[in-house]
Amino acid sequence: MARPRALRFSLSLLGVVLFFALWEALPRLGLVKPMLLPAPSEIPATFWRELTSGAWADAVLQSLQHYLSGLVLGSALGVALGVATGMSRTLEDMTNWIVRLLRPIPGLAWVPFAIIWFGVSSTAANFIIIVGVFWINYFAALGAVQAVDRDLIELSEAFGHRSPLAKLFKVILPASVQPIMAGLRTGLGQAWMAVVAAELFGVAGLGQRMMQASSLLATDVVVVYMITMALLYGVVDMAFVALRDRLLAWKA
Amino acid sequence: MISIKDLTLSFDSDRGRTIVLKDFHLDIADGEFVAVVGASGVGKSTLLRVIAGLVKPTSGTVTRDNPETPGRRPYAMVFQDARLLPWRRVVRNVEFGLEGLGLDKATRRRRALEALALVGLADKADRWPHQLSGGQRQRVAIARALAVDPDLLMMDEPFGALDAITRQGLQDELVDLWQRTGKTILFVTHDIDEAVYLADRVVLLAGSPAGVRSADRIEGPRPRHRDDAMARETANAIRGRLSGTVEAGEGI
Repeated sequence: MARPRALRFSLSLLGVVLFFALWEALPRLGLVKPMLLPAPSEIPATFWRELTSGAWADAVLQSLQHYLSGLVLGSALGVALGVATGMSRTLEDMTNWIVRLLRPIPGLAWVPFAIIWFGVSSTAANFIIIVGVFWINYFAALGAVQAVDRDLIELSEAFGHRSPLAKLFKVILPASVQPIMAGLRTGLGQAWMAVVAAELFGVAGLGQRMMQASSLLATDVVVVYMITMALLYGVVDMAFVALRDRLLAWKA
Repeated sequence: MISIKDLTLSFDSDRGRTIVLKDFHLDIADGEFVAVVGASGVGKSTLLRVIAGLVKPTSGTVTRDNPETPGRRPYAMVFQDARLLPWRRVVRNVEFGLEGLGLDKATRRRRALEALALVGLADKADRWPHQLSGGQRQRVAIARALAVDPDLLMMDEPFGALDAITRQGLQDELVDLWQRTGKTILFVTHDIDEAVYLADRVVLLAGSPAGVRSADRIEGPRPRHRDDAMARETANAIRGRLSGTVEAGEGI
């Protein structure tokens, strides 16, 4: 019962057209005040203004800097500690209760401390993002390492790779790449949310620009930055999937 | 020669001490093909793991005449499942045991390709494991073990998971390989006909704790015939002893 490709494509396109038509109609027919919901036809002009004033590039660069540095650090820490805990029973037992205590605290609950410790600064934003992606990667890596086929570890020992480091690089890491990558990818989305949240509290970037615009009821500007976020996330996610598929070429 | 002397293995658990092997004794001459048979769960696989150094014996020794030679490993193992690493191409799987021996990349590749040629899979070197049939995967596992040029090649029911036709083909190939390479082989199986067909000597492991119940030398010129009358007689005698031990409640 597979639908033909052309039909599926047409239906998807129709959905987009209907969505924008409805959106355009609402303010134009006076059903919603244009100030509360800008018509999509106004967005390109607003985008052009933001672009030429330089505000757009500034905000994007600042947000990307928060995003990438927080993401890289938080993911690296999460994966490293998750792998180490997965390989060591002692470490697992030692961290068991601490993890249960800290894990349920939402990343955003760290905002007060981030601001007290680091002020309204890039460091505070980085900190919130790091906390936001740490747990996802920690649990993905821990679960991945614990799920590695014991038979392959025995194989590694039978062929002379007996030290923890040898096992790590010969078997455990390659066997865990896929679930760790899945964790990293979830983190990509989580980190975006943390970026915006941190910037809504005043750290310079896309989120801050949105807050400024909304306090002036410049909803068209808000929409420009919402779309910007969606596009940036889409680009990062696509790049990540391409990288992952290269690493997992053996699956094909 | 490889001498296994007074090997005893016991585990301590909540329910007390379980003795798996007791005073196991076996001398294997260089170039000899020895099969170990016994009921499932009697400790045949455990015996191989002790010899390979994967499990530390409670007491007893395993000694070899041959000195430690660079670029080789004293023991190599073929498991019932091929245990190929799915993220490595076939030739890289065969190189697995050669890594960490101080060999340069070109030497590792050359030896891996030689081993693959021995099992007739030189043309599959660049395939992924999932592109091979079950019998081919097991031949790669044999190549991986041969590549490290072991003093003793241990095989743990290596053909147990294969269909009958593939199994017979691989049995004949193994005898051929053994005659060409002059390797010493310790072959574990629960299939007495297989043991009698392949080996110079068939050791029956039975009892609880397990020990050597009997050792039969299989005479007669090679190549052998599967329906050889003398071999069938020997097989029946071993089966009789095995069922005797099982009925006495010692085997399982």
